[in-house]
Amino acid sequence: MITASQKPINEIIELVQPYKKILILGCGTCVKTCFAGGEDEVAVLASALRLSFKKQAKSIEITELTIERQCENEFIQEASHSISQNDAVLSLACGAGVQAMAKRFAKAVILPGVNTTFIGIQESHGIFTEECSGCGNCSLATFGGVCPVTRCAKKLLNGPCGGSQNGQCEIDPDTPCAWHLIIERLTTLGQLSNLKNYIPPKNWNTSLSGGPRKLIREDHII
Amino acid sequence: MKILSHLHEKLLRGEFVVTGECGPPRGSNKEVIQKKIKLLNGFVDAVNVTDNQTAIVRMSSIAASAHLVTQGLEPVMQMVVRDRNRIAIQSDIMGAYSLGIRNILCLSGDHQKFGSQPDAMNVFDIDSVNLIRTVKDMRDTGKDMSGFDLDVAPEMFIGAAANPFADPFEYRVIRLAKKIDAGADFIQTQCIYNMARFREWIRQADNEGLTGKVFILGGVTPLKSAGMARYMNSKVAGMDVPEAIIKRMDGVDKKDQAKEGIKICLETIEELKELNGVHGVHIMAIEWEEAVAKIVEQAGLK
Repeated sequence: MITASQKPINEIIELVQPYKKILILGCGTCVKTCFAGGEDEVAVLASALRLSFKKQAKSIEITELTIERQCENEFIQEASHSISQNDAVLSLACGAGVQAMAKRFAKAVILPGVNTTFIGIQESHGIFTEECSGCGNCSLATFGGVCPVTRCAKKLLNGPCGGSQNGQCEIDPDTPCAWHLIIERLTTLGQLSNLKNYIPPKNWNTSLSGGPRKLIREDHII
Repeated sequence: MKILSHLHEKLLRGEFVVTGECGPPRGSNKEVIQKKIKLLNGFVDAVNVTDNQTAIVRMSSIAASAHLVTQGLEPVMQMVVRDRNRIAIQSDIMGAYSLGIRNILCLSGDHQKFGSQPDAMNVFDIDSVNLIRTVKDMRDTGKDMSGFDLDVAPEMFIGAAANPFADPFEYRVIRLAKKIDAGADFIQTQCIYNMARFREWIRQADNEGLTGKVFILGGVTPLKSAGMARYMNSKVAGMDVPEAIIKRMDGVDKKDQAKEGIKICLETIEELKELNGVHGVHIMAIEWEEAVAKIVEQAGLK
């Protein structure tokens, strides 16, 4: 899933300050799962904002709505009426959702209410970890299913570096060293000798380095 | 075999070599470099010039290395892949060679999180093993990474780092083999305080037939104080200072601790001299260049 976390409340207050009527728009898929932008978070944020503006003796009208996915036109449509009734939309979707909304509603002010963080998983309840950077050229088969491009702080393909100790990464004692995990996995799989092979420089052309990417499925174009 | 540098020549002759280290200043003052050169010249065979070490912005290692060349002291230019993509890397290697720089040490680089500007974006386009291979390919094929023929190839003597003290230990020798296969001609190791572990690493490297394929220089850093020993053990990534060493430093009067640090360093060098597969010593006297002459003389390496 794509993970996100809500922006600090003061930043959000600053963002919505100029507007009298705002729609807080939740997204019911990824950001809901990571407790950043689903129905519940919309409700809590709306209360917090109402309270804050009440304290400032400023009147603000807040509408709450959550749709299934802000990144798909099919679902965005549902928000159309509410958007037309408000001065601005505070979207709690990921960056893709915010931009999809901005594309669809050319005249509406769409503000981001969350910081989109990464493609990851919920490792244990409330703890999310980054697993994939969408580089467009997956080499997980070589590394026993652990991605060094994403999970090694130095993106080493022929790692590990000299800073790993007790299985932890040098940059943060709470982050496991990806190379430690790779070696453990390959040892378990009896494939440790894979690592003797030289891995050449990565072709980053398929990643963001090659510019914003586009995926074309000819068979689905109508 | 073509002799690539003075350091290469001495190693080929089978001499026990000594390399030192020079950290460029945080500014553009070349006098700082000249001062360090004066302290090291005549005592070491070559001097590593660090590349924004610990991710603190300093004068570039290429420029500082060029100052060394001018002063007649051979540099080992360090290059990290943290700050440059492959385009800048190849360009800098060509430029460095044109300035008379003949040795290069290929490194990943300390993560910027530890540095003075942790907000920076890192690069890591290629890793340190790829960097080794890149220099080797440029040198041996006379082509850049795209296969373009270079008018003059940068014929560098290629070094790499090894840390026998980092985890996972079992993988350390595989990694060494990988660096040698990629083209490393010499290796400089992380500071040795845990001699038992270093011996075990050399033994494993020897078993794999690696000690005959590469020149290994053991890294040493004289401890200035017991505090420094503790700091290095707990705060510096990949460093292993055994409790016995810390206790030994603690056991002497504060004013004599620097002397004791040099003594420990000399004992380590003595052991390294006797160890098969070790071809020299790399003295990293961090901001303590004055100590190098003393160590070299007392170790009988001059």
